[in-house]
Amino acid sequence: MSARLSRTDVEHVANLARLALSGDEVERFGEQLTVILEHAQDVAALDLEGIPPTAHPLPLVNVLRPDEVRPTLDREEVLAQAPAAEDGRFRVPRILGEAP
Amino acid sequence: MTARAIADAVRVGERSARSVVDEHLAAIEAREPELHAFNLVMGDSARATADAVDAAVARGEDPGPLAGVPVALKDNLCTRGVPTTCSSRILEGWEPPYTATVVQRVLDAGGIPIGKTNLDEFAMGSSTENSAFGATRNPHDPSRVPGGSSGGSAAAVAAGFAPLALGSDTGGSIRQPAALCGVVGVKPTYGRVSRYGLIAFASSLDQIGPFAGTVDDAALLLETIWGHDPLDSTSIGSPPAPLGDVPDVSGLRIGIVEELTDVDGIQPEVRAAVERAAAGLESAGAHVERVKVPSCVYGLSAYYLIAPAEASSNLARYDGVRYGLRVDGADVAEMNAKTRAAGFGAEVKRRIMLGTYALSAGYYDAYYGQAQKVRTVIIRDFARAYESFDVLLSPTAPTTAFELGAKTEDPLAMYLSDVCTIPTNLAGHAAITVPFGTGAFDLPVGVQVLAPALGEPDMFRVARAIEGLAP
Repeated sequence: MSARLSRTDVEHVANLARLALSGDEVERFGEQLTVILEHAQDVAALDLEGIPPTAHPLPLVNVLRPDEVRPTLDREEVLAQAPAAEDGRFRVPRILGEAP
Repeated sequence: MTARAIADAVRVGERSARSVVDEHLAAIEAREPELHAFNLVMGDSARATADAVDAAVARGEDPGPLAGVPVALKDNLCTRGVPTTCSSRILEGWEPPYTATVVQRVLDAGGIPIGKTNLDEFAMGSSTENSAFGATRNPHDPSRVPGGSSGGSAAAVAAGFAPLALGSDTGGSIRQPAALCGVVGVKPTYGRVSRYGLIAFASSLDQIGPFAGTVDDAALLLETIWGHDPLDSTSIGSPPAPLGDVPDVSGLRIGIVEELTDVDGIQPEVRAAVERAAAGLESAGAHVERVKVPSCVYGLSAYYLIAPAEASSNLARYDGVRYGLRVDGADVAEMNAKTRAAGFGAEVKRRIMLGTYALSAGYYDAYYGQAQKVRTVIIRDFARAYESFDVLLSPTAPTTAFELGAKTEDPLAMYLSDVCTIPTNLAGHAAITVPFGTGAFDLPVGVQVLAPALGEPDMFRVARAIEGLAP
């Protein structure tokens, strides 16, 4: 497995991550991520056939609380922190009509 | 004066909480311009909280075990109505609509939040240089870093700005700065302290814990904040066992972890401190041996795949919609991308990119999947070690505090300063760092005690003993 990141790779990942990177950043991150991923080859190269993955250190599953009606965050207080709000809702730029 | 001594004096009316707070605010005023430990000093609210504590004492009430004790809060812990930035432009000016459970427990115990401390942006870093609001400096030598990411909290305690502080530890972000600043720092067992109100970095690794000048004060703060919280679904339900107050280690089996002590680039003084602490523990009646935990050598690589992967998902919420910064764009996607480009600093972008890559189609199994399997192997190796030992010993960081700028251009070199602390987070275990003399450039050295999940009582016994043995 090659860990060398091309410009296209970096731009693809930046798009997935919704980061508008400058040309300089694409260049620099490409080099730095390559170095970091080279270091990670020690893990990528291990034979771990049959070892189950650990996503979480605690053996807790389906933790539930009683389904009771309780006060939640105050809507006005929350919306007061939003960049834009209108009629008790968050306001965002146009979504419908985007291509494709 | 220790936190416990302050609280004892305030509870019986020997000292006023107000005088305690004023004294610490004066210390902050004198040295904060040089050190920049805080993003926000909460002078007015600290005085008001202190007056309320004094009023309670005057009424004959007991304000609680932290009565009148100033506590510095890492600026990724939400406090309702108090700006909480994570040292990021993307959250600049944001005032949380709720309070973190740990902060509420500090308040309920009579403690006094005195300020929000600086950190590496979103807790990503090992030097507190990745803050959008400027670096924090080490009180022992201001030309050097305090460590990170909780560098502001460590520096605040070391400089006498507060007897206690809270931080968060994802790969060593409490223990490494505590070691570099010569104070005590604790990473509790995963799930022992509620994460409700801690702004998420890597959710399966993040844990809140205390900083203090002494092991006993760290125990005081930990016993205040820990225990089950219904607001955190990963919170452990069983009640914590008391930490006790004896330094007795006779009969305890203590293993020195070879892979964490023989790491590349370790300073000889740091290794010598661990050996000296071990010899002292042996004289005090403990049984000390070297032990191998072989997969620890893969901890760093696994961590720098898992933590960025989780971060890339957690930080997706900063999209310019519900809080924080927004930079306008022609459509939603462009608004998201421009907001995140303007709001995040270089290290945060780097980790989001790394994590997104490790999770992306074609690379998931090779990187993220492999790292998760390594995590299993590390947990198994520790389990084997803990069959023969009650606690383990290692350095906290390979070196003493380094100079500002020394590692900022080389991310991998910076990551290597977490090599001794990371395995504990991957395993979900507990660890504490205790100052143990000085090393290179006469700077503080920390010795780390590691314990299995819920092993805090033995861990604190050994930590108290090491504190008593320290030169």
